[in-house]
Amino acid sequence: MRLIQKVGDWFDLRLQLGTPIRETAEHPVPRETASWFYVFGSAALTCFMLQIVTGILLALIYVPSAGEAWNSLQTLNHGVSLGWFIRALHGWGSNFMVAIVLIHMVQVFLFGAYKFPRELTWIVGVLLLLVTLGMAFTGQVLRFDQDAYWGLGIGASIASRAPVIGPWAVNLMLGGPIIAGATLSRFFALHVFVVPGLLIAFVGVHLLMVLKLGINEWPMPGRIVRRATYMQEYRELTHKQGIPFVPEAVWKDIFFSGFILVAIAVCAIHFGPFGPSGRPDPTIIQTAPRPDFFFLWLYALLSFLPPAAETPILLIGPAIGIIVLLALPFVAGEGEKSWKRRPIAVLTILLVAVGLGTLTNLAEHTPWSPVMDAWSSQPIPAKFLHGRTALERHGALVFQAKQCHNCHSLDDKGGQRGPALDSVALRLTEDQLIRQVIQGGGNMPAYGKNLSPSETTALVAFLETLHPANQKPARNASQAVALGTNEVSPR
Amino acid sequence: MSTESRISRRAALVKLGVFLNGIVGIFLAVPIVRYLFSPVIRERKIGYESWLSLGGLEQFPAGQTRLATYKNPVINAWDGETGDIACWVRNVDDKNFQVFAINCAHLGCPVRWFAQSNLFMCPCHGGAYYQDGSRASGPPERGLFQYSYKIEGGKLLIKAGEMPTPGQPVANKAGGKTICA
Repeated sequence: MRLIQKVGDWFDLRLQLGTPIRETAEHPVPRETASWFYVFGSAALTCFMLQIVTGILLALIYVPSAGEAWNSLQTLNHGVSLGWFIRALHGWGSNFMVAIVLIHMVQVFLFGAYKFPRELTWIVGVLLLLVTLGMAFTGQVLRFDQDAYWGLGIGASIASRAPVIGPWAVNLMLGGPIIAGATLSRFFALHVFVVPGLLIAFVGVHLLMVLKLGINEWPMPGRIVRRATYMQEYRELTHKQGIPFVPEAVWKDIFFSGFILVAIAVCAIHFGPFGPSGRPDPTIIQTAPRPDFFFLWLYALLSFLPPAAETPILLIGPAIGIIVLLALPFVAGEGEKSWKRRPIAVLTILLVAVGLGTLTNLAEHTPWSPVMDAWSSQPIPAKFLHGRTALERHGALVFQAKQCHNCHSLDDKGGQRGPALDSVALRLTEDQLIRQVIQGGGNMPAYGKNLSPSETTALVAFLETLHPANQKPARNASQAVALGTNEVSPR
Repeated sequence: MSTESRISRRAALVKLGVFLNGIVGIFLAVPIVRYLFSPVIRERKIGYESWLSLGGLEQFPAGQTRLATYKNPVINAWDGETGDIACWVRNVDDKNFQVFAINCAHLGCPVRWFAQSNLFMCPCHGGAYYQDGSRASGPPERGLFQYSYKIEGGKLLIKAGEMPTPGQPVANKAGGKTICA
């Protein structure tokens, strides 16, 4: 022990870091902040360190070349001892990091921690969120498979919509005219050098400010933040009733970080690494590209925006979002910190959470996409065919052969792009069905040129049978009157 | 010499040093910026596009739409299979052709041709196009992108080399409304 002490003293005489480190570790924090609510920042940092370590390990094998990247991922998964586990740790670590950064942000927002004097800490935090998402997107590209390839195409298509500079932005992003080797190389440089460099710098500034300004105190309803008095009040809070960060508060951080690391490892072992999916060969077009989990909400949003609004929303929306986040501490830099007295803050979080959650959930099911193989793989349920006439069954055949099933479901089988047709005969009369099939409309293509008159007749005859047994199909009441008959047409 | 004047001389030397470094910085910045923007500056001037053969006309029977692939004109050795690009060739009547980009005009996903219903469908956000490439339904704002083509020596040639995107002025000119089927 004495030897260790001597060696320690020898270094400290030269480095002179012992005292500042001890003072930093033992700096007083408000008593209530030794809380399980205050562990997310350190957990995000732990995730980041795991990402650095696993990222360096992956870089030992990975080849950032469009021709070889996919093969090197296969080697990592199958050819290198526990390569799959390192890939899984890095992939799951990334998901956990984004999640924890978001949770940390919500906690900080609800606890009013962005208010005076911690405005800049919040702003750097917003930048940290952006670079974390930047890491997630560029990392998804490095997993150079079909999803990555077409994901880049989506990125390029969005970039191209920027007014004036659009086409140049695309070339700059792709490093050339198409998605190819240069594209992967520049995303590698971004993911491995540029964005991590920014991340480290921002984390440094963020932490420095947490130390200099002190951790946000537990918000008490009625304790109002005022620029003139806050610093004095905070000093009293920490120095009179404060506790040293180490060891009184830090043990919760350590426990939670450890728990997160275990959770990442368990996910990595149980679920394994992400992909890679098919080879990044653009001539393989039988693919349905999907983004990674944290961009699914965007994927859903892009299918719901009306065409005319899409470009402005895509280009202006993110800018507005970032400006709102950056402006927040300047708009609400003083006043009440407690979420109990900030109903709009709580509602905002709920609204954003429900919105993002709903969009993510929708993107898991992609009801807007045609089911490309429904017409050949999902037969019409037998109950729709029993006891039907030859013409009606021929109509069912037309329904399959003309890929109607790709967008319309019967008995919950088939696409959901268009409305389910289980009881379409209740909604539309025969004439309306004919018009809809031939002319389309309401987001349905017109089939007039693709169906012969006999096919149309058969198809509509089949559609007319799609109604519950105890309910009659819709009919045009005025038609019977106009024709001078009491009977509706037999079908 | 008084202390004051010596300090001001040092200060002047510091300023001069910073100024010289500024000039060196500009000298370095110009090539760095040019290097970074080379995909825009250099290649743009030469042009990415050139005429490529999609193969003999016999591969594209009249009245049908077939998938064709070509090697992108600008590639590097390490591009691998990303240099192979697919496109849809529609032989309208043996005299008129239409060559559509594989990329959906919405966000660039690969569209698939369904010969039975004469529709192109996109797997990403559900865009659909008629056989002449015009928009049928879904989020795309326009029809499929088209390559210009010509027929030489019994072969179908297209002018290609750049991934078509919605913001491209060239692609906007070629695509959109064309002959009806």
